[in-house]
Amino acid sequence: MADGSIGLWTVPLAVFGGAIRVSTPFLFVSLGECITERSGRINLGLEGTLVMGAMSAYGISYLSGSPWLGVLAAGVTGALLGALHAGICSLPRVNDIAVGIALMLFGTGLAFYLGKPLIEPTAPRLPAIDFGWWSDIPQVRAALRINVMFLIGVALAPILYWAFRTTRWGLLIRTAGESSDAARAMGHSVLLIRLRATMVGGFLAGIGGSFLSLFYPGSWNEGLSSGQGITAVALVIFARWDPMLCLWASLAFGGAAALGPALQSVGVTSGYHLFNAAPYILTLAIMIITCSPKRTLTGAPAELSITR
Amino acid sequence: MDFGRISRRHLLQGSAALSLGAAVGVRPAFAAETTIGFIYVGSRDDYGYNQAHAQGAAALKKIPGLKVVEEEKVPETDAVEKTIESMINLDSATLLFPTSFGYYNPHMIKMATKYPKLRFEHCGGLWTDKDPKNAGSYFGYIDEAQYISGIVAGYTSKSGKLGFVAAKPIPQVLRNINAFTLGARLANPKATTQVIFTGDWSMPVKEAEATNSLIDQGIDVLTCHVDGPKTMVENAARRGAMVCGYHCNQSALAPKAYLTGAEWNWEALYPKFVKMIAAGQEIPNFYRGGLKEEIVKVSPYGEAVSAEARKHADDIKAKLTAGNYVIFKGPITDNKGKTVIAAGTERGQQDPELEKMDYLVEGVIGATS
Repeated sequence: MADGSIGLWTVPLAVFGGAIRVSTPFLFVSLGECITERSGRINLGLEGTLVMGAMSAYGISYLSGSPWLGVLAAGVTGALLGALHAGICSLPRVNDIAVGIALMLFGTGLAFYLGKPLIEPTAPRLPAIDFGWWSDIPQVRAALRINVMFLIGVALAPILYWAFRTTRWGLLIRTAGESSDAARAMGHSVLLIRLRATMVGGFLAGIGGSFLSLFYPGSWNEGLSSGQGITAVALVIFARWDPMLCLWASLAFGGAAALGPALQSVGVTSGYHLFNAAPYILTLAIMIITCSPKRTLTGAPAELSITR
Repeated sequence: MDFGRISRRHLLQGSAALSLGAAVGVRPAFAAETTIGFIYVGSRDDYGYNQAHAQGAAALKKIPGLKVVEEEKVPETDAVEKTIESMINLDSATLLFPTSFGYYNPHMIKMATKYPKLRFEHCGGLWTDKDPKNAGSYFGYIDEAQYISGIVAGYTSKSGKLGFVAAKPIPQVLRNINAFTLGARLANPKATTQVIFTGDWSMPVKEAEATNSLIDQGIDVLTCHVDGPKTMVENAARRGAMVCGYHCNQSALAPKAYLTGAEWNWEALYPKFVKMIAAGQEIPNFYRGGLKEEIVKVSPYGEAVSAEARKHADDIKAKLTAGNYVIFKGPITDNKGKTVIAAGTERGQQDPELEKMDYLVEGVIGATS
């Protein structure tokens, strides 16, 4: 169109672009949590890990000038928080959910405290790859400016799916999650498997956080996560602990988050609070449709404290 | 008692005292050391609302004999009462600035009744005769500065389409949107402002999405009314759009894209308050003002602002500063075609009707509900 607007096409394009832009943290946190929960433990602390990851990535990127070093730092921070969770949960009679809530508060609190001097400075951001070169519509080009971390996340989902089914360590994680007795009978330390699974989960969640502060929205502030970490943990449950479903669910959540602003921008202004709530309505709807009083959730690891 | 809160406060107090170090050596201008307490709803360095107040507090710290204590991220619940109590009882604060809208009623009113000898100054509240005499509310007509931003935006926009990322449809926000649009239509009578409400004061991901959706609509100049404009400014600049700032100066975040902005000028107002108290004068309980009273200011123009825009904007700014210009002057119709201010009616800044604004003027695309 002559005036550079694309009218109603904005909505599907914004949902599509939003699915790509907003979904990445959901994707990394949910894939990480998927690994952790498959090993038989819930780490609710990933909200804290996400925020810590965002903060440390921003800080390291600012101090070193290299955003990729920031991503690495976020991953390491996440892995350390994961190790802390797993370490505490290794002690007898410790409830992993309670520890998770404690770590969620600890992670966000620590990130806010350490991140205080980082709100003002501007750190180098991660680069985007221009996939929209074929189009001369600026809106499409903008939607297709994709960060490589999104691609890594998308690739990671089928790799995890494959790894859970066919690799040795995939089997070990599933064994620890389905029956710790069986894993022990095979001569493996369940605690060690879960420690590793929680650390990997934390690593991925930390990386998810680095995307928030280094790519989109692209700066560190205290409202940055606004509950995305905890949403992603819930997302694992309705993705039925399946990495591929985690991918679709993350994309759906990302797209849903873009729906409210996009509808307002084309003039659908009534009930924007309702559209802003779209991701949560989606969660509720899927939970209601898939639940059954007759059986536990299909795909739920048997050792998980919520299903046991 | 909440010990965590106290220790955090002492930490802040300590850092405030450190920065005062230099000033303490100088002979105090005040007979006894006066302690002033500042309470912020968010973080002090958010490039936005709270930072503007913190800059005002920093101006007070420079005055010899004054001690400033601050606490950040105090929710708008009875938590603020506890903070006020501890500032009074532990730091012997005698002048308090609870700066967030939701602190006013019932929290600050309750504390002002309990401590009738101390002075409470609230930003944004509406003081009435029923409220305690030692409490006051002050606010700035920042819509005057938004009006200037609108003029600059109207000249700069090539498409004539402007964007506004807003938090909630409350009167203060609507007034800013309307003033911005009226200003833009002075420059370009066909200009429109598309508004998106994010639903809350700090929602970075939503603000970024709103910014992107607006730019996808062909909008090339954006402004906002959220607590931290950083997200909007950075994301808009990345997409090549121009921005007008809000709350404080964000030009450092996007030097090329920053046109101008509506800023608070608390660093001018707070020392004025303190001087009034030191001179034994009463601060008016209901204190309002705009460019003329130096409560708000306009950011210096960016390089992208044309000479024509500068001239027009400076002209209106001079009239507003002189106090002989009315922004909300009839006839004004809302964006549904209804006349909201009749022809011949002038609603000056002090008009209480403006504090009840619930409409969007013609030229705004969006709805209040």
